[in-house]
Amino acid sequence: MMQDKFDDKSIAARIIRKIRTLSGDKKIKLMHICGTHEQAITKNGLRSLLPENLEVVPGPGCPVCITPANEIDKAIHLSRCGVIITTYGDMLRVPGSSSSLTKEKATCGDIRIVYSPFEAVDIAKKNLEKDVVFMGVGFETTAPMTAQVLSSSPPENFSVLCSHRLVPPAMELLLKGGYSIDGFIDPGHVSAIIGTAPYIPLCEKYHIPQVISGFEPLDVLMSIFMLLRQIRNSDAKVENEYTRVVKPEGNVQARKLMDEVFDIGSKEWRGLPVIPDATLKIRSEFQEYDAQIRFDLKLQESDACGTDCPQCGNILKGLSNPADCENFGKLCTPENPVGACMVSSEGTCNIAYRYGNLAMSHLF
Amino acid sequence: MMCIAVPAQVTEINGEEAVLDYGGVKRKANISMLSDVMVGDYVLVHVGYAISKMDEDEASETLKLWDEMLKASP
Repeated sequence: MMQDKFDDKSIAARIIRKIRTLSGDKKIKLMHICGTHEQAITKNGLRSLLPENLEVVPGPGCPVCITPANEIDKAIHLSRCGVIITTYGDMLRVPGSSSSLTKEKATCGDIRIVYSPFEAVDIAKKNLEKDVVFMGVGFETTAPMTAQVLSSSPPENFSVLCSHRLVPPAMELLLKGGYSIDGFIDPGHVSAIIGTAPYIPLCEKYHIPQVISGFEPLDVLMSIFMLLRQIRNSDAKVENEYTRVVKPEGNVQARKLMDEVFDIGSKEWRGLPVIPDATLKIRSEFQEYDAQIRFDLKLQESDACGTDCPQCGNILKGLSNPADCENFGKLCTPENPVGACMVSSEGTCNIAYRYGNLAMSHLF
Repeated sequence: MMCIAVPAQVTEINGEEAVLDYGGVKRKANISMLSDVMVGDYVLVHVGYAISKMDEDEASETLKLWDEMLKASP
């Protein structure tokens, strides 16, 4: 299969030699915004191949990790009112203010894991006498699918608790925050939906180099090389390393669905402040399917985003490593996550816990 | 796992629905977000929806392009 072509040790060695030449001796910090990139980097020990002055840090790229506790509290409240809650499996263990969907399930809440929003619609069709709410979570990679079921006349007992969020505005927040980021490894599958255009204003406004990257170890190394080449030439443009999947225009149909169904809003992210224009909310044309309106949902226990671990916020901004956190691997483990970064298989702490000791890459 | 995109091959198409082969395991997916999918194509699937066609020619082209970029760089 075509992915096998991207697992060639001799190419890896060539790219790494170029990375070492181009990185010079000044400190360089590159950030990626995708849990799958963190997985590729940590699982393959790629950091151990990079020169010491070159740092690749994870940003807020895991949608599970950035879902505030107060939004989970709403799903918990609905479940306690007898509503069937459906959502992706990753969401169940994310701590709300004082409970989680897993804990509610254990105390008889009817909470069901779905693989896709169309399965949530099927559950609604089979349970017409009950309300069924789908908690829609995720970035541009899952938002169009929520939009698709909403625009396909779902049954009346179906509605969506919308927690979808957008990636480029979060990147802008970090650039504004002055965290000394020298280049972005842009998320490949988000880009398969949104294309290259939404990243371009960031280049123009902040002179930041960006490369849209695939997820094989060679893709990530090549993207690092391409970023270093831009830095060396004082360029700031959006390059596409992942052309076998990402088209410049993205997925036009998916983007159209998102525009039809969602408006842009501004809410807080867990571990981060309110990010302007980075939240999706359901348009008034579809308000009969908006669980927020249907159930007149008020703030539940508190407006807190989640207590989490002391370092969660800094880990999401690429300022701390999991090892800097006093809870990491002690109080906070994948079996018993305290902080949201430990919950999902895409969370930085969860990945570090599972693969953190793989310092040497199998590529050599 | 909501965030993981999985490659799969299209084996059957029935309107907006297709049967995909994930390396031996067959499962239904929605293909309404892609306009030109044919049986035999490889697609990338996200939460039950095909979001992108994977381009075999583009993959070979990429490796050639990499070679040129690496040769041209110090």
